[in-house]
Amino acid sequence: MSPYQNRKTIVAGAIILAFAVMAFRLFQVQILKKEYRVTADNNAFKFETIYPARGRILDRNGEVLVDNKLTYDIMVTPFDVKEFDTLAFCRIFDLDTAFVHEKFREYRRYRTRIGYQSLVFKRQVTGEQYNMFVEKSFLFPGFSGVPRTSRTYPFNAGGNLLGYISEVDADYIKAHPEYRSGDYAGKTGMEEAYETQLRGEKGYSIYLRDARGRLKEHYLDGAEDKTAVPGVDVTTTIDGVLQAYGEKLMKNKVGSLVAIEPATGEILTMVSSPGIDVSQLSEINKHYRDLVTDPYKPMYNRAVMSPQPPGSVFKLVNGLIGLQEGVLTPNTMYGCHRGYVVGGLRVGCHGHPSPINLYQSIMMSCNAYYCYVFRSILDNPKYNSVQEGFERWKDYTASFGFGRRLETDIPGEKAGTMPTSERYDRLHGKGRWRSISIISLSIGQGEIGCTPLHLANLAATIANRGFFYTPHLQKDTPESPIDERFKERHYTMVDTSHFADIVKGMELAVNYTGGGATATVARIPGVIACGKTGTAQNPHGDDHSVFITFAPKDDPKIAVVAYVENGGFGATWAAPIASLLVEKYLNGEISPERKPLEQRVFDGNLLHKVRVRRR
Amino acid sequence: MPELNYKKLDWVVVGLYLLLLVFGWMNIFSSSVKETGFLFKLSEKYVMDLIWMGSAAVIAILILFVIPSKVYPAISWPLYVLMVVLLVAVAFVGKEVNGSKSWFAIGPFSIQPAEFSKISTSILLAYLMSKYEFRFSNPKDFIRIALVIGIPILAILLEKETGSALVYLGFLVVCYREGMTGWILVAGILAVLFFILTLVLSPFAAILILTALAGVTTGYYRRKLIPAAAVTAAVVTLLAFLPRLMRIESLSFLGRLEPEVWAALLTGLAAIVLTVSSMIRRRSTVRNLMMGFLLGLILIFSVEFVFEHVLKEHQRARIEVLLGIREDPMGVGYNVHQSLVAIGSGGFAGKGFLGGTQTRFDFVPEQSTDFIFCTIGEEWGLLGTLFVLAVYLALILRLLASAEKNKDGFVRIYGWCAAMCLLMHVVINICMTIGLMPVIGIPLPLLSYGGSSLWAFTILLFIYLRLDMEEKSY
Repeated sequence: MSPYQNRKTIVAGAIILAFAVMAFRLFQVQILKKEYRVTADNNAFKFETIYPARGRILDRNGEVLVDNKLTYDIMVTPFDVKEFDTLAFCRIFDLDTAFVHEKFREYRRYRTRIGYQSLVFKRQVTGEQYNMFVEKSFLFPGFSGVPRTSRTYPFNAGGNLLGYISEVDADYIKAHPEYRSGDYAGKTGMEEAYETQLRGEKGYSIYLRDARGRLKEHYLDGAEDKTAVPGVDVTTTIDGVLQAYGEKLMKNKVGSLVAIEPATGEILTMVSSPGIDVSQLSEINKHYRDLVTDPYKPMYNRAVMSPQPPGSVFKLVNGLIGLQEGVLTPNTMYGCHRGYVVGGLRVGCHGHPSPINLYQSIMMSCNAYYCYVFRSILDNPKYNSVQEGFERWKDYTASFGFGRRLETDIPGEKAGTMPTSERYDRLHGKGRWRSISIISLSIGQGEIGCTPLHLANLAATIANRGFFYTPHLQKDTPESPIDERFKERHYTMVDTSHFADIVKGMELAVNYTGGGATATVARIPGVIACGKTGTAQNPHGDDHSVFITFAPKDDPKIAVVAYVENGGFGATWAAPIASLLVEKYLNGEISPERKPLEQRVFDGNLLHKVRVRRR
Repeated sequence: MPELNYKKLDWVVVGLYLLLLVFGWMNIFSSSVKETGFLFKLSEKYVMDLIWMGSAAVIAILILFVIPSKVYPAISWPLYVLMVVLLVAVAFVGKEVNGSKSWFAIGPFSIQPAEFSKISTSILLAYLMSKYEFRFSNPKDFIRIALVIGIPILAILLEKETGSALVYLGFLVVCYREGMTGWILVAGILAVLFFILTLVLSPFAAILILTALAGVTTGYYRRKLIPAAAVTAAVVTLLAFLPRLMRIESLSFLGRLEPEVWAALLTGLAAIVLTVSSMIRRRSTVRNLMMGFLLGLILIFSVEFVFEHVLKEHQRARIEVLLGIREDPMGVGYNVHQSLVAIGSGGFAGKGFLGGTQTRFDFVPEQSTDFIFCTIGEEWGLLGTLFVLAVYLALILRLLASAEKNKDGFVRIYGWCAAMCLLMHVVINICMTIGLMPVIGIPLPLLSYGGSSLWAFTILLFIYLRLDMEEKSY
């Protein structure tokens, strides 16, 4: 037995203690601390996004308006790039060598920040270029291509309506946290309105990677991957053929052309002119500067964003209110001698027979008649004051949708303006204004602004004899049903029985051959169309030409408004344009006797009349 | 020479040895196999490892059955000298790997002499300490042993292989077992402790703690624990207020010196007075304690110098990361961070054989050599890591117990040396991977990939097994 034997026990105890410390530490690291497991996942898994095909946009007849085409983004991982043949590379992608050198100077400058990341080198190269690249990709280590879908437009119609998609920016991601950098989203038009249906759901593939970010293998052979769910096709109510025709009619004119199917509220055509050509949409980034600096504002959807005075078209509304209020009957006769004169005030009118009844007043668009009607509404003794009468009148107009948003599915829709008592109080002193003070409202002038869509909706309401469906762009299909609010009838405060009289007046305006009718230019062979012209006074230049119409009279299939800025009389441009659209829709073609009219419209160029602010 | 009785061979040790080899190979395979699956090519580590194992088996058989045990004491000096020469030589002509010149390149193979010098040192220590007249109290013997352990350490430090040098400190435990005073171990542990305290807290705080420790220990040995503790507490409390006193205007002259200098001057003066008085009164314990205290003060003041000027930048950084002074998970802390992530992600039962994502894909550096424990932690979970700990603990304790049973001092001491080499490697390596020690490159015995290490530990263990078998055959 050697001395110091007890020391082996001390040493053994110390060894066991050391192992216990290590065991405890392992327990702590492997069981207690969770964060290591999370870091491990982030370390090892690379989630590669699979982008879904975006839904297509179809017209009401199944015609494809917006489709997808496959393009490729060329990605670069600067870390993996070796020396390569810049010239050959540039030849494939049609690039300038200076561009490539500049890019790589940049990568070198930010190399620490870039690390092993891949960056987009060039967006949206064509399939052809991509194929050439793939053949020679071994020459270009570090470069790769990822498929991306971009938009293509088989049908040249509806640029403004369809809208464009573009890559989301930082602000957009902030507002829509479900998006990631590199995603695309609809920014205007239908692409924006139906973004949630169109975009689909992104999927991902999980790859394992090593510490240098190199992909190693497909994790579990893809068992944990999520496949992308393609976006749902959206069918629009637009008739592609009619839309294209409408755009042709509105070429070189500033204004809007809107057609609604009265029985459903479906928008058949919505032209805002000048608009965006579809060829510019798919490469919006390239054209964006030109588009926003264009003095005619092609990005601006006038049909829903540009409130203007409606002019004489509004007489229909006043007539309806008068009938409902009992201050007007179809046989009420008023005299007109080139205008309405009270004291120092005079509302001028054109020369026409006198006195006239309600039908004739619509047919000939008499200003004086509606001054009487409007005053009798506001000065009705059953109301205590003009103000009360005015509020009542305003309630009526609101029931037609004026002065408020119709709540359509069109982005950017404006409410338009209707005057308020407060406004007149401020203008004239509280309670010190009378019906005569605001007489211009009787003929749709003054403090009243409604969008072309409002007027198209008015045409549809009259066509329906008293109700409307909220106009909308999405067609109801089993795959993507529309919102319930689009299936609801909205009645105005005017009894449906009163509409027949107004319709009769509108019929005469188009079809009366005895003389005096304002809209005979809109007569369509074989179809009884109803219409009303308007000439909206414009202090800044030529008057705006307005026309609303629907046809056929007894079973209306289409209600249209044409609003041509600086077009002069309603009958000059708006009536021909609107009626040609109706004829095209109902008959499929323009009758031979109206061909010269059609040609005149095609040739018409009013752009020089429009005062624009050049930037 | 008596007949060898192979029933006396320690089959438990052989079994544990084989267990570690097999488990080690599985993990080397897992951490180095490519997607292509098993390939019988020499360029694959797991194939190379099989060759190392085969050659190790040949060596083991030669040692067990062919080489007579008598040669070991006989060649102890020449072998030791040869190894020291090789250690020094490699520092000048060796191949540089990861900043240290510790490898001899012989054709495609590399040999690390530091792995083998452990064996020669163990044999020489066993030879010297088992001599009948050997006493640690004899200064000549003490110095001889100190040199035998110290020279290889210096030579290895010359190669910048800090890890292997640390292993030699394990021999101090053997010395302790053989009669060296335990104070040397205690002093060593205290020195490390105060080094850390000084870095983590401050020199001032370290002086206060040292003062408290010295005061209480002195009181304990003088059997006046309670009064000594009271006095110490009062002194330490007063000293603790020193920095605040210095802020008082009328005492601003104190500010000419740093607080730790004041504290050191005051306590040091007291310690010198006590040392002198204890020498006069021949109280050697108090004298030793006070001299220890003074040495401690010197240590604390030299920490900054050692840290800033003696240690290399990467060593400094590793220590700072370990002590939490610096956080740098992508830089110096990368290895430890990734290693912890790999081990931690294993959880209780692990991700299964070949299921690791961290270790297989190069997140963890040196995953089949120094960081093989990460693969085990990730793929086998806590069950695997505890299993490995248990096997090592069993092996080490078995060696100690078996060594103690030997009547021959040479065999016993050699057994202890082998066990301590194993222990140091295991503790340093595992503590490094789980963030309890700074990163020190040192393999995990019998598990890590590497021929030198495997051969060295095979030789180390099987020499003992042969000695032990022969001794017990009597």
